[in-house]
Amino acid sequence: MTKKRAGVPRLPHLLGIEGLSPETISGLLDLSESYIDQNRSLDKRRDLLSGRTVINLFFENSTRTRTSFEVAAKRLGADVINMDVATSSVRKGETLLDTAMTLNAMRPDAIVVRHAESGAVNLLSQKVNCTVINAGDGQHEHPTQALLDALTIRRRRGRLQGLLVAICGDIMHSRVARSNIHLLQIMGARVRVVGPPTLMPTDIDKMGVEIHYNMRTGLKDVDIVMMLRLQTERMQGSFVPSISEYFRFFGLDHEKLKVAKPDALIMHPGPMNRGVEIDSEVADDLDRSVIHEQVEMGVAVRMACLEALIGGRRNAIGAAA
Amino acid sequence: MSGDILRGAPPHAGSTAYINARIIDPTNDSEYSGAVLISDGKIADFGPNLFASGAPYGIQSVDCRGFYLAPGLVDARVHTGEPGEEHKETLESAGIAAAVGGITSMVLLPDNDPPFDDASLIEFVARRARQIKLANMYAYGALTAGLDGKELAEIGLLAEAGAVAFTDADHAIGNAQVLRRALYYAKAFDALIVHLPQEPSLSGGHMTSGEMATRLGLASNPPLAEVMMVERDIRLVEMTGGRLHLTKISTAESVKVIASAKARGLKITCDTAPPYFALNDLAVGDYRTFGKLVPPLRSEKDREAIVEGLKSGVIDAIVSDHRPQDQDSKRVPFAQAGPGGIGLETLLPVSLELVHNGQLTLPRLFQRLSSVPAGLFSLPGGKLAKGAPADLVLFDADFAWKIDRVDFWSKTKNSPFDERPVQGRVMATIVGGRTIYRHDSFTPAAAAA
Repeated sequence: MTKKRAGVPRLPHLLGIEGLSPETISGLLDLSESYIDQNRSLDKRRDLLSGRTVINLFFENSTRTRTSFEVAAKRLGADVINMDVATSSVRKGETLLDTAMTLNAMRPDAIVVRHAESGAVNLLSQKVNCTVINAGDGQHEHPTQALLDALTIRRRRGRLQGLLVAICGDIMHSRVARSNIHLLQIMGARVRVVGPPTLMPTDIDKMGVEIHYNMRTGLKDVDIVMMLRLQTERMQGSFVPSISEYFRFFGLDHEKLKVAKPDALIMHPGPMNRGVEIDSEVADDLDRSVIHEQVEMGVAVRMACLEALIGGRRNAIGAAA
Repeated sequence: MSGDILRGAPPHAGSTAYINARIIDPTNDSEYSGAVLISDGKIADFGPNLFASGAPYGIQSVDCRGFYLAPGLVDARVHTGEPGEEHKETLESAGIAAAVGGITSMVLLPDNDPPFDDASLIEFVARRARQIKLANMYAYGALTAGLDGKELAEIGLLAEAGAVAFTDADHAIGNAQVLRRALYYAKAFDALIVHLPQEPSLSGGHMTSGEMATRLGLASNPPLAEVMMVERDIRLVEMTGGRLHLTKISTAESVKVIASAKARGLKITCDTAPPYFALNDLAVGDYRTFGKLVPPLRSEKDREAIVEGLKSGVIDAIVSDHRPQDQDSKRVPFAQAGPGGIGLETLLPVSLELVHNGQLTLPRLFQRLSSVPAGLFSLPGGKLAKGAPADLVLFDADFAWKIDRVDFWSKTKNSPFDERPVQGRVMATIVGGRTIYRHDSFTPAAAAA
């Protein structure tokens, strides 16, 4: 009944990229590759996770990540329940841990969690018997995003090792930036963070990255440009003065891109603010922008993660590490 | 009046030799008799031996009659009423007052109406300066939008338009998080932030706390309103690594705290204005509203400490803090009076008191008035160097006169130094090689006589 595949990494949970080995990451990426063709074929469904229950528990609004996890789980034959927090008991004052215990009692095999507070997913994972996948916690980590970014890059460039990657924009508030910094460095890529000093977290250079406060030096000779979304509430004066100033100095356009390698790839975790952090001409540049490919790889990566986490277990209850 | 504004004079394309001068070279901390050669608006040569045997034929020469020739004053704190309150001062009337005061470059504060929080205002100032053809005019950009101390102004776009530094003028930033972010953000543009350290919650009064305020029955500000913000700002600079210049330092405690920050190697600079080293709170006796300033005039002990700070170099620069107020603003009860005093025409003579009192040498004084502020704001003038703009002031350091408000060229007359006897008068002001002001006693006719 349980299909064991060689080389599939085994993990109790996926809470973050920090601490994963290069072998685990490579294994997850290899496994993801195997799902790309399946996703592109007419018949997209397998029954690998038939009988398994996956709960999408999103405390923060999300369309693309939740949909991506839902599609991934359904294509592997799992039963998916989307917990809409807006109508749930959380709104009635239930604590995070009570919600976790309640759901746990329903015996799911995996809970996919997004939460606005850093560390919330970690806390939840300590209280349930099933696998927990972090779909983004506060400003901490978003591991499947980093994996799908890595898959996109690896397919285009054939490797991660030795590449020079610039992550640009609101580094301070970005879980995507933190997960990518971990993953890219684990895999031997060099990372620069580029943005206004107000959006640069303290001592981020101690994470091994190079800090740049302007795009001219930050994008020089890079292989990959990763743009980050700037939240609307941070645009008006508190962290940056205005949208027009942000776009002028930190928005990605063809002019600023000139100093990057001629074939540098442009990435964005979405949703994009056109005219704020990225110019439409660049975002829609078919030769360089891989933004839609990232979304496609997202499904494959989440299928791989689900397989690695719950594909090998007869029954998750009692089997948690 | 006592001299001529020579705005219409065309730039002299050839060379002019200023001979028989006492030259003050602040950069090299030296003073000597010699000459300066100006060619095409720039300093071509200078030194003690230049033209020692007389000016050569074919070069126009000006006999300086032994007067002092120094880099023109660089005044980093000037407010005018243009745009918004042109009845108090226009850029043109300020330009004329600057010429009379020996000021060749000035930096305009952004607290006008509208405030300079938009790039178009910086361009407006540059355009008006080109039309007015007097002193070089530069502008601060606002540090926060609308100078309201809450949200960052467009520092990058303002810097691109030519703003030389960023400040909220006389509004202190009470919110530490806002100043912290401003210091961080400005780093991306290597921009200088100028801050007036006066804790707003302690600055609601009208003069400094002490016996005088008590006798007059006026609400007062304690001097510690300044030092506590100086201390906070020093910590913020330490954390952010931003470039901060504190302005209008007025208390002994502030000087002490800044001295120790500098001794620790922290890159922080500061200035003061003539009222704080030449006056104390006695000047507001009889409710003289001309003495109502921001920060308020302090005690004699504070004044002495400011002089010491200028001597030791803890205080880097002197600014005029020119702020015109009309009669409607000053001829009212003290508490209702608008703060500020004019200073363009009195900056040099009042500052020369430090030299006459033996507290500073002339080269040291011109470091505070010219070379250091020019360096801080990255302005081209303020120094004697080959190739530097020929922005110079020629002055008679001993010329005795009495400051009289009816003689001011500024549109308003609110000087805290009214009726003060002083020594030192500008004989000529030269900007880009062009003489823009000449005192009556230094006209070519007077020279020939």
